[in-house]
Amino acid sequence: MHQPDAYSRRIFIRQGVMLASFAATLPHFIQESALGMLAPDGSATGSRPGVPDERILVIVQLSGGNDGLNTVIPYGDREYHAARPSLSLGEPGKAKNGGAALELDRDRGIGLHPNLTGLKELHDDGRLAVVAGVGYPNPNRSHFASMDIWQSGRPEGKGTGWLGRYVDATCNGNPAADVAVSVGRTAPLAMLGRTSRPIAFESADLFRWLGADAGGQMEDEYQRMVRAGELKDVAAGSQESFLMRTALDAQVTSDRIRAAVRKAPLARYPGSAVAKQLQTVAAMIRDGMKTRVYYVSMGGFDTHANQPNSHGNLMRQLGDAMLAFQNDLKAQGNDGRVMTMCFSEFGRRVRQNASNGTDHGTAGPVFVVGPNVNPGLQGKYPSLTDLDGGDLKFTTDFRGVYQELLGKWMKAPTREVLGGTYQAPSIVRA
Amino acid sequence: MAAAPKPRPAPPADLRPLPANRFDAAAARHLLSRAGFGGTPAQVDALVAMGIDKAVDLVVNYGSQPQAEVSPDDFDRELVPYLSPDERQQLLRARRERDEATVERLERAENQARAQDRQQLVDLRKWWLARMVETARPLEEKMTLFWHGHFATGGRTVEDSWKMFQQNHLFRTYATGNFATLVLNVIRDPAMIRYLDNNQSRRGRPNENLARELLELFILGEGSGYTEQDIKEGARALTGYTFQDEDFAFQEQNHDAGPKVIFGRKGNWNGDDFARLALSQKACSTFLCGKLHRFFVNDTPDADLPATHRAARARAIEAMAAELRDGQYEVAPVLAKLFRSAHFHDDANRAALIKSPVQLVVQTVRQLGTPVRQLSSLVAACDLMGQNLFEPPNVKGWDGGRAWINTSTLFVRQNVAIYLLTGKRPDIYDWENDGARFDADALAAGADAPEALVDRLLAVTLASPAHPARRDELVRFAAAQSSPAARAERALSTLALITALPEYQLA
Repeated sequence: MHQPDAYSRRIFIRQGVMLASFAATLPHFIQESALGMLAPDGSATGSRPGVPDERILVIVQLSGGNDGLNTVIPYGDREYHAARPSLSLGEPGKAKNGGAALELDRDRGIGLHPNLTGLKELHDDGRLAVVAGVGYPNPNRSHFASMDIWQSGRPEGKGTGWLGRYVDATCNGNPAADVAVSVGRTAPLAMLGRTSRPIAFESADLFRWLGADAGGQMEDEYQRMVRAGELKDVAAGSQESFLMRTALDAQVTSDRIRAAVRKAPLARYPGSAVAKQLQTVAAMIRDGMKTRVYYVSMGGFDTHANQPNSHGNLMRQLGDAMLAFQNDLKAQGNDGRVMTMCFSEFGRRVRQNASNGTDHGTAGPVFVVGPNVNPGLQGKYPSLTDLDGGDLKFTTDFRGVYQELLGKWMKAPTREVLGGTYQAPSIVRA
Repeated sequence: MAAAPKPRPAPPADLRPLPANRFDAAAARHLLSRAGFGGTPAQVDALVAMGIDKAVDLVVNYGSQPQAEVSPDDFDRELVPYLSPDERQQLLRARRERDEATVERLERAENQARAQDRQQLVDLRKWWLARMVETARPLEEKMTLFWHGHFATGGRTVEDSWKMFQQNHLFRTYATGNFATLVLNVIRDPAMIRYLDNNQSRRGRPNENLARELLELFILGEGSGYTEQDIKEGARALTGYTFQDEDFAFQEQNHDAGPKVIFGRKGNWNGDDFARLALSQKACSTFLCGKLHRFFVNDTPDADLPATHRAARARAIEAMAAELRDGQYEVAPVLAKLFRSAHFHDDANRAALIKSPVQLVVQTVRQLGTPVRQLSSLVAACDLMGQNLFEPPNVKGWDGGRAWINTSTLFVRQNVAIYLLTGKRPDIYDWENDGARFDADALAAGADAPEALVDRLLAVTLASPAHPARRDELVRFAAAQSSPAARAERALSTLALITALPEYQLA
């Protein structure tokens, strides 16, 4: 939560009268960076201590429960083929049920879905880590409940989100307006902290006042009034003062984001919705926004019936979008600063159902992409015979993955955010 | 250097009545906005004409007003359980025996019932929002909303839309009624029992969830005069309070009837006794009245109030608490006294509340007289702004106040007003052509000259007098629009700009 009073008082003390009287018409985070440039000893510094300015985490959520077994495929396991007579895909080079897996780990007999050519390319380039069998104890098979568990990072699936707590923990309870951005209709629970809230917008074009579309001088007039910030006869600390400042923040953030996404990307993106979202994220990264965490999502994974076509399309969209995103970041020279994690709320049952589809299951694979991953298949692939009521037993706790990303990548205090310490394969290169 | 704004005088530190002759249009508008969802200029005039005593009586003792005539309460009680006990057994057996056809048939039936139940929750949201828009008893709906946030219960956890509907009915029944009676009903409310797991609580292994929240969030407030021991013993007292299908059930065999020590008193207390003991603690009345004050009067954070205002607030809350205790926990007399008070009407408490998303939407419709447009779009907008009805974020309810506002929600707030005024939906590029046109000229009531137009629109729209700089800016804008043919458009675009002002977010 912003505390405008605290800011202006501190600026007043440090820099004297001129900046203080100017402060009323500045948005919060510009003031904040003005403040950040002065360390306690008066020396200039570009960043706050303990906060790695340069590193970015991007989350790609697959909603509906992605079929992990047909995403990271245990083609070498007879049980896989037995449980899924009309869904199982063949080993590399030998098509079965319309497809052959792409090689991922020959020794273990594990491959990628044939349409994940984009991820395969990233893998061959040493930029893809695949964590097998990620889940949690006492799995919940409800979409909502399991998604809440993943997003909160807590077994009860309640309270704040794991990324929200990360932002809380690193920004001294005073996060800048744009530290977390979700490209989507609503702000995900994952990004709701005790004090921090993400910026959420479905399309940058709608992250603005729509009254301007009525034409005339509406836009100019609106801009004049909102950019006036805090009017001079407004009482300090009042609700009005708070609202006038936040409205100015919103306008400046909106300007920045819309200007960023207007530039043509440096890579060719496919036309899917998730590709558009990632393109928007890449544009914001290129623009040098201070955002540390981005969130995008993709739906349609609840493949109860006639799975092969729909799941195949989703795999194509996901792989191609992830590749385009990496290519864009690489062309920008920003790929080394960005780590992307892709998860779903659960995998699906081992055995296919009678509608040529799969029902809600438990553990599934997580993808982590970027030049700083330990590439290849990580963790133990769950057994297809040692099952729990027909479902996979998880081999890596999802909070272990979070711990790798927050601790080793973002250099954040993970115990505080995750409420414990977890076992996980080494996903991030230290 | 700019002169620092003068410190504002503090409001009266008690509930002495407002002198009758100071009940003007602005005061009547304040009353309608806070005790309800705002009123039209005609309603404001009617209240002024009847005087403050009658006006407050009409608002608070709404029993004489007709019940809202909105979509009938025809919700389906039979959606849950999704599978009958027999079918559940069949499903388990089929899974064991790998009888995939049966598993699939039953899982499909279950998913279908679940989807219907979720749809019914969506319908409930629209139904309630419509009710708030149309009711002749706005305080009834407003207090129902208050209790929903106070005894927060979420549909996603309860997984039974009928239970949520029943709970909504309970809150409406006791909207301004007796708080103690309401609490005794809440510990019997199936939605609450399910939400806080009391159906899993039995003798020998009590679940502390409900007992803890009763003390911490519902009756006394966090850390206010109770101990962990009181929670543990209270949880024992509440064992056996559960539900059977859609109704409360007390299961004697699961109840722990043994002796317990609660608030230092020993007895074979049951759940009702536990609630009554908590209700009799001094902290109860202050806690509840503090929340009512924050909901109806001022939600500026303590840290941002001058010390004199803070002190006045605390003493006004104490005066409300005394009234609550004197009236044996009847809520209506407390609200009547509050709405009648100079404290409530003081300048320092005008424009001092940030409208909740629901308040923003309903008030824009009721006060400006816009079309309702699509209820589903309004429900979706409320969700985007952080207030999904029947789905508060957690058992603490909505934080309210400044927590409603951030850079994203502010644009949604501005754009939902644009949607109501013009039909332009916030989530699509095209203008929705629903044929419902809003006549801003009617609200302007014939005001034509730019100054008169702007003054009129500001007066009927904002919660406090506009800042001179704002008024001048808008007058300049209106003057520049003055082609005679475009009179209605000029009123509409001026009004649209007013709803985009940060000040419009205040009640």
